[in-house]
Amino acid sequence: MWGFRALRARAGHTAGVPYAMPQNYIPIFVFLLVAFAVAAGTLLVATIVRPRNPEKVKGMAYECGIEVQEGSRKRYTVRFYIVAILFVIFDVETIFLFPWAVQFKQLGAYGFVEMIVFLGILVLGYLWVWKKGALEWI
Amino acid sequence: MSALTFLIVALIKIAITLGVLLTVVAYTVWLERKVVGRMQNRWGPSRVGPFGLLQPLADGIKFLLKEDLTPPYVEKNIYLLAPGLALIMALTSIALVPIGPVIHLFGISTPVQITGVVDAAGQPSDINVGLLIVLGITSLGVYGIALAGWSSNSKYSLLGSLRASAQMVSYEVSLGLSLVGVLLMSSTLSLSGIVHAQQSTWFGVIPQWFLFRGQFVAFFIYMIAAFAETNRIPFDLPEAETELVAGYHTEYSAMKFAMFFMAEYANMVTVACIASVMFLGGWTGPTISFLPLAVQAFLPLVWFTAKIFFFLFLYIWIRGTLPRFRYDQLMAFGWKFLFPLALANVIVTAFFVAWRA
Repeated sequence: MWGFRALRARAGHTAGVPYAMPQNYIPIFVFLLVAFAVAAGTLLVATIVRPRNPEKVKGMAYECGIEVQEGSRKRYTVRFYIVAILFVIFDVETIFLFPWAVQFKQLGAYGFVEMIVFLGILVLGYLWVWKKGALEWI
Repeated sequence: MSALTFLIVALIKIAITLGVLLTVVAYTVWLERKVVGRMQNRWGPSRVGPFGLLQPLADGIKFLLKEDLTPPYVEKNIYLLAPGLALIMALTSIALVPIGPVIHLFGISTPVQITGVVDAAGQPSDINVGLLIVLGITSLGVYGIALAGWSSNSKYSLLGSLRASAQMVSYEVSLGLSLVGVLLMSSTLSLSGIVHAQQSTWFGVIPQWFLFRGQFVAFFIYMIAAFAETNRIPFDLPEAETELVAGYHTEYSAMKFAMFFMAEYANMVTVACIASVMFLGGWTGPTISFLPLAVQAFLPLVWFTAKIFFFLFLYIWIRGTLPRFRYDQLMAFGWKFLFPLALANVIVTAFFVAWRA
């Protein structure tokens, strides 16, 4: 409980830590627009100046010189799905660590013990995943 | 500062930063070819201009003038979207990076950082979740690669993009965890705040960078994960030319291929920026008092450039030195070694920070 109180007491001022105003976010969107314009602009210029003479053989998928045998959208190994699931689990844990790390000095020993418990559960899951062989790639 | 001035200042900063970034990207390619060439006892580019310095320009013109094939069986919209997405996301993350301190020009004070502003008290401030936004934007780059491979409808592309996605998400976990140690010490997610936390020195000589304050393990984890994130040697499995031709961009040609190429190098620059901000004190560095004031004002930019150059050279150096991993080695290294190490680093750092408090 006192973790919350410590947070609320600190919410009023954070010495030396700059505050963000919404206007800080505007340049990012402007930058996105400019970057989009750069990408679209180069493609547009390329469309105007480049030669264009398509051929049937040129349009074939590259398979080292032989004719395309069959389509590419087929089943692939389940390992990729497992990696994706592991990523979701562990990356969410990482994101949980970020706010904790920022407030850590205010939370003190309480926050430390709390996070050790949290990470302990995470490590248990990690060891189980390892034992199950989900980290092997064969 | 009125809204109009704010917008104009932002636009000027964006134009300059984007111009410099694109130039750096072009000349990193030149530097790479030159340095790797010298490492292999060749000359590298030497025909176009003195020392081949105009080579990037010649490459650009060639990319523009080449025929741009769109194979008939690709998913047209996604095929077009993928390189754009990769490039835009790679460029945009530079908007959050603090490049220098506050400057005063024509009666306007503003930090050399696109998202930075100066508040009423004259203190610089930027977005207080800057690091999260950078990580988010760079993560979106995975979509460019995944969509490119899927929409190309070629076996090599699909395998390359699957590999790239799996590799990038695997190392992203360690990358994020390695930054937590720094956050524990700095207590802020704002990138300029993190730079400010590293400004002081010990005995006036040794800078208090987080690298020297016990985060060297995190630094190594970050660098290794960053190499994997940017698909560079020794982690360039997604485009391993001996088995996958060119990986996810096999079916791309001309300008669309160039956009993937630029995205890769822009990502390298971004990663170098974040590494120097988080671990090497960003633009901080020694002040040289005997220089004239006008020259001293440029020193932070010089230090920042020097740090970025160091990282870019490291990339090239390692490319010229190391062979490629095998895919099972890569995944085992990321999940069985780097991840527990990063987790241990977080706990140990937290323990010491709590101990001192």
